Amino acid sequence: MNGARILLESLKRAGAEVIFGYPGGQVLPIFDQLYDFDIKFILTRHEQGAAHAADGFSRATGKVGVCLATSGPGATNLVTGIANAYMDSIPMVAITGQVGTHLIGNDAFQEADVTGITRPITKHNFLVKDVRDLARTVAEAFYIASSGRPGPVLIDIPVDVQRAETEFIWPERIEIRSYQPTYSGHPGQIKKAAKLISSAKKPIIYAGGGIISSGAHILLRELAEKIQAPVTTTFMGLGSFPGTHKLSLGMLGMHGTAYANHATMESDLIIAIGARFDDRVTGRLDTFAPYAKVIHIDIDPSSISKNVRVDIPIVGDAKNILGPLINQIKKSPDTSAWLKTVEAWKKKHPLTYKHTGKFLKPQYILEQLWDLTKGDAVICTEVGQSQMWACQWYNYLTPRTFISSGGLGTMGFGFPAAIGAKVGRPEKEVFNIAGDGSIQMNIQELATCVANKINVKVLIFNNGFLGMVRQWQELFYKKRYSYTPITSPDYVKLAASYGALGILVTKKSEVRKALEKAIKTDNTVFIDFRIEPEENVWPMVPAGQAINKMIDGLA
Amino acid sequence: MRHTISVLVENKFGVLARIAGLFSARGYNIASLAVSETMDPTISYMTMVVEVKDEDVLEQIKKQLNKLIDVITVTDFTKREHIDRELVLAKINYAAKDKAKLEGIFDKFVGKIIHHKEGTAIIEAVGDTQQIKLLLDELSKFGIIKELVRTGKLAISN
Ligand SMILES: Cc1ncc(C[n+]2csc(CCOP(=O)(O)OP(=O)(O)O)c2C)c(N)n1
Ligand SMILES: [Mg+2]
Repeated sequence: MNGARILLESLKRAGAEVIFGYPGGQVLPIFDQLYDFDIKFILTRHEQGAAHAADGFSRATGKVGVCLATSGPGATNLVTGIANAYMDSIPMVAITGQVGTHLIGNDAFQEADVTGITRPITKHNFLVKDVRDLARTVAEAFYIASSGRPGPVLIDIPVDVQRAETEFIWPERIEIRSYQPTYSGHPGQIKKAAKLISSAKKPIIYAGGGIISSGAHILLRELAEKIQAPVTTTFMGLGSFPGTHKLSLGMLGMHGTAYANHATMESDLIIAIGARFDDRVTGRLDTFAPYAKVIHIDIDPSSISKNVRVDIPIVGDAKNILGPLINQIKKSPDTSAWLKTVEAWKKKHPLTYKHTGKFLKPQYILEQLWDLTKGDAVICTEVGQSQMWACQWYNYLTPRTFISSGGLGTMGFGFPAAIGAKVGRPEKEVFNIAGDGSIQMNIQELATCVANKINVKVLIFNNGFLGMVRQWQELFYKKRYSYTPITSPDYVKLAASYGALGILVTKKSEVRKALEKAIKTDNTVFIDFRIEPEENVWPMVPAGQAINKMIDGLA
Repeated sequence: MRHTISVLVENKFGVLARIAGLFSARGYNIASLAVSETMDPTISYMTMVVEVKDEDVLEQIKKQLNKLIDVITVTDFTKREHIDRELVLAKINYAAKDKAKLEGIFDKFVGKIIHHKEGTAIIEAVGDTQQIKLLLDELSKFGIIKELVRTGKLAISN
């Protein structure tokens, strides 16, 4: 069997259901095999789209996403998508063609040192120089990508290796002596944590994306209900705890809810699970949660005590730790007074907005979307204000229903990610909440949607600005709107020219109808919502401030 | 503060680049690095001396190293009994009249002349950090060192 065929057979054995990719000279043998191989292949219109689609597929399904590109420019076009998956710990396998082994290092046509370029943005990468290593490499790549703290793995395959023949031997077991992630938590540490929880008066659970990758959301809920602690989630943790639950405080941090931030700052115990105390969450570090002891559960030891000093670290998989932890808590703390305080913050500082002016309010659109779907949809987002509104104004009830670029904040992620999500969860309605700036970054993927009948609904929050940057210019640069006003094409005509449906919405009364129409339409739909151009995201913690020093332009 | 750590890694191409990349991406300083194959040719042994401002950074370095897939074990010699050595080669100006003086130095400190020709000699010295420092301080007093190369520290637990 040749290397190209071995690759495909291996991908199948590893459980890959779909490949997102784009052809080119150094992957011709692979594409020749794909021609009649039984695996779903989605041809995107840009390799960046393929990488984000694989990422979105992975986020929506929990499976490893796969993307494929040729050497040189194909491979470098994947780079943003790989970095994006890396920052958010998304399991993905990226496959690139490479120039022939005898040409490597010669600045050959379309050669790029892709393993070199992607070393700092992959969990691991491989250059396969011998076809006999190929099957095992694919098996290892899937294992590494999906185990421990997940992440993207790249396999670079020279074209002669794709052509070379050998016997196909699939390794049934993978053992890597230098890679042994810790899964079970230390029982002594769990016991200590249980004791500390029992004696807490103002505990708060701070849940991150680790809950979702671990599949620990049911246990999280059990823990919260048992100890009656309020739960705030990170951006990546949205969906790990039902946003409608009475213990839910929504998201914390820079654009988090005021009550989540106050509760975090006043707490005497933070139970951090699968979260990493990122700077968008902690604000100014030396002011963060001054009264709190910290229990930190994470599968990645390097996340613990990196930013915030931890009292009880527990390294392992949340799913394996929360069960024993819940059992060890003999006495639940009395949090009734604490919950009253938290409730008072909720009443005093709710998320709000005002219906003023003649333009649509983005928050209203999201409220309508919530009302229509009640959490039974996959909400993808681009980056910017629209993204933050999507965090605040929609309730995520279950894991993998909120798909958004967190760590890297990649404009142009949402649309291809929505494609990946729809391919992975065809039974779900998939929306992409998009800014007018972001949607123009990967808009070519409209063709991918239409050609493959991947019906996603793109809700463009068209404010005529790179809004989030404009907001910062307004607040911190004296309204000098330097290159943030941005023009758009006529999205209705644009959608039509691709064979999709475009709808223009300028009035509040049309919002609901347009959303209903989008849901009913058996096609990809772009809705161009003309929203208030200078609407801001509130509340907001200015960068480098304590997170209870929020500013709120509504007051 | 300087700390010595050793790292056992898979002996594959690109591993050194991964380690160097980790240090540069995260802004850690390597004071010295020595790498070679072990008895098992699939494994390489690295001894590195890192310069850190506090223990937290050292902890992070160890954790980040451990996170690399090709890293098998990381050993921190800070609180561990160990022997360390460094090899230094120095090219010095050498005149016959200096012979006695140099021999006096070598009696007191580590080091020996391993080669000389036409007014130049090459000195070899093996010792721990302190011994090497004393020797070099002494030689520097004469202002005769023309060139100096050192392996960086090697360490092994005892
Ligand atoms: C690829 C990329 N380039 C630049 C940025 C910086 N950036 C962050 S938000 C933003 C504006 C986004 O504008 P738009 O998509 O219209 O969303 P809005 O904030 O208006 O809702 C920019 C330019 C980024 N996050 N990603
Ligand atoms: Mg905009």
